Amino acid sequence: MGTLAEEILSARLGRPVVAGETVVVPVDVVMSHDTTTALVAEAMDDLGRKVARPERGVVVFDHITPAATVAAAQQQQRAREFVAQQGIANLLTDGISHQVLPEHGLVAPGDVVVGADSHTVTLGAFGAFATGMGSTDVAVAYATGESWLRVPSTLAVRLEGSFPPAVEAKDLILEIVRRVGSAGARYQAVEYIGGAARELSIGDRMTLCNMAVEMGGKAGIFAADDRTLRWLEGRGSRPARVLEARDPEYLRVETVELDRLEPMVATSPRVDTGRPVSELAGMAVDQVFIGTCTNGRLADFATAAALLRGRQVAVRTVAVPASREVYLAALQAGYIESLVRAGVAVESPGCGPCLGRHKGVLGPGERAVTTMSRNFRGRMGDPSSEIYLVSPATAAATALLGRLADPREVA
Amino acid sequence: MARAWRFGDFVNTDQIIPGRYNVTTDRSELGRACFIELRPDFTSSVRAGDLIVAGEDFGCGSSREHAVIAILATGVTAVLASSFARIFYRNAINRGLAVLECSEAAEVEDGAEVKLDLARGRVVDCTGGRELLTRPLPLFAQRIAGHGGVLELVRAHGSLNGACGPECGAPMVPRHAE
Repeated sequence: MGTLAEEILSARLGRPVVAGETVVVPVDVVMSHDTTTALVAEAMDDLGRKVARPERGVVVFDHITPAATVAAAQQQQRAREFVAQQGIANLLTDGISHQVLPEHGLVAPGDVVVGADSHTVTLGAFGAFATGMGSTDVAVAYATGESWLRVPSTLAVRLEGSFPPAVEAKDLILEIVRRVGSAGARYQAVEYIGGAARELSIGDRMTLCNMAVEMGGKAGIFAADDRTLRWLEGRGSRPARVLEARDPEYLRVETVELDRLEPMVATSPRVDTGRPVSELAGMAVDQVFIGTCTNGRLADFATAAALLRGRQVAVRTVAVPASREVYLAALQAGYIESLVRAGVAVESPGCGPCLGRHKGVLGPGERAVTTMSRNFRGRMGDPSSEIYLVSPATAAATALLGRLADPREVA
Repeated sequence: MARAWRFGDFVNTDQIIPGRYNVTTDRSELGRACFIELRPDFTSSVRAGDLIVAGEDFGCGSSREHAVIAILATGVTAVLASSFARIFYRNAINRGLAVLECSEAAEVEDGAEVKLDLARGRVVDCTGGRELLTRPLPLFAQRIAGHGGVLELVRAHGSLNGACGPECGAPMVPRHAE
């Protein structure tokens, strides 16, 4: 009996637990990446312990890969040593952790996942309880196979209706974050429910779970269903524990009617400032970026390619597939060719310029319109640069017109 | 006497240490980059034992533990805030940076002289002439803080489970799936 978060944690513990309880829970998957693994390795050395379950450990190179600086290369050398010393079974270099873990079948519904990256919550799209922690907590999870946490209370987001033309999951999550606020779900799980939630693709679910952390959330979760199982089929993932909420007591329920949504933009430097793109259309833009764990998937490339095919971008534009699998599929579908011909710089899979370290760093006073999840001032480069968050359709329309544009203007 | 360094609401980890500066684990390098863009005078003026004071949701954003390491490397031993983002909060407790939650935190002025009594969770704002009461840590976090960090706790008890008290409910039955 309980919310999906309570059900998953109860199943994992073999006893019923409810929100507010402190639990030490076995962890199914432990992840760290090229920026956080060096600190994990230090903590493991400090503890003098070996990884408890090397087959469930995953180190991903995604933040600065291929290495852009000597310092980044050194961090990756340290991470490779750690993987070798500890016998960790999975070193992935083919895309963003939150995308490639499920692609490699390393996440199953019902899992408890701990990752040294705040956007680990993305994996809740697969019916897992996935949360981000720091390197020391992750080292403890590697060493002991367990983690501690307070069972979260849950904010339920009930989705009704269907998207109007040119409106996407990103517009929906920007509206949800606007309503809830950037700390409005702090320490809570965000569970997506309702008829429309069932209809969403896995990619859309990932976009919604991904930004749970932008509301302070501990997890974003969808109940696994046939769509989840079909997506994971043939990827070698472990048996699914398909769970759903049973007579849940939610802290609150926020209902969103998809039919009433418009293309949205969150303005610099706060993620909860979403407003209709139409209100700001025409705003000057220096760079467009399409990609990241929020919106770097095949459907996002399809959307961008559909708008840019046979046309030319009017502002510098960077596109980064979330993974090699996405990259290959986008190549085969012709999306990459459309983007390249339109003048887009298509970069190799990974986090791309989201961290302000490579592949599209912003100069003083520059303004980017991006499909990222976070618009903290200066995140992409100079401290005076600005980031505006939008959907792939809005990003592509903006690239085309060279100013912030509602995708319905160019469709 | 310690000095209070006042920051606003929603100070994020990119502001504590921007992503361009955390590609290292070197303590002094991380310390030099602490608040490098938000408050460039901070590292040259801060003294060991000083206090950071902030509003809502301090430490929101990324999971980077470099943010806690950078603050500790400046000599700051405690952060007093109206509220904390959860990953930063855990990271701080894990590394022995005191995180003090206090609804009146925003009333402490920048540059105020403060006295810290971390053992009792008290902060005396000498300039404002008041004593601030802080919210106690959750029980399990108290256990970690009592050991000086989570690695010390694991070393002492062999595992997290071994450190569990009554607040953790029934003992965990490990059920590792195949």
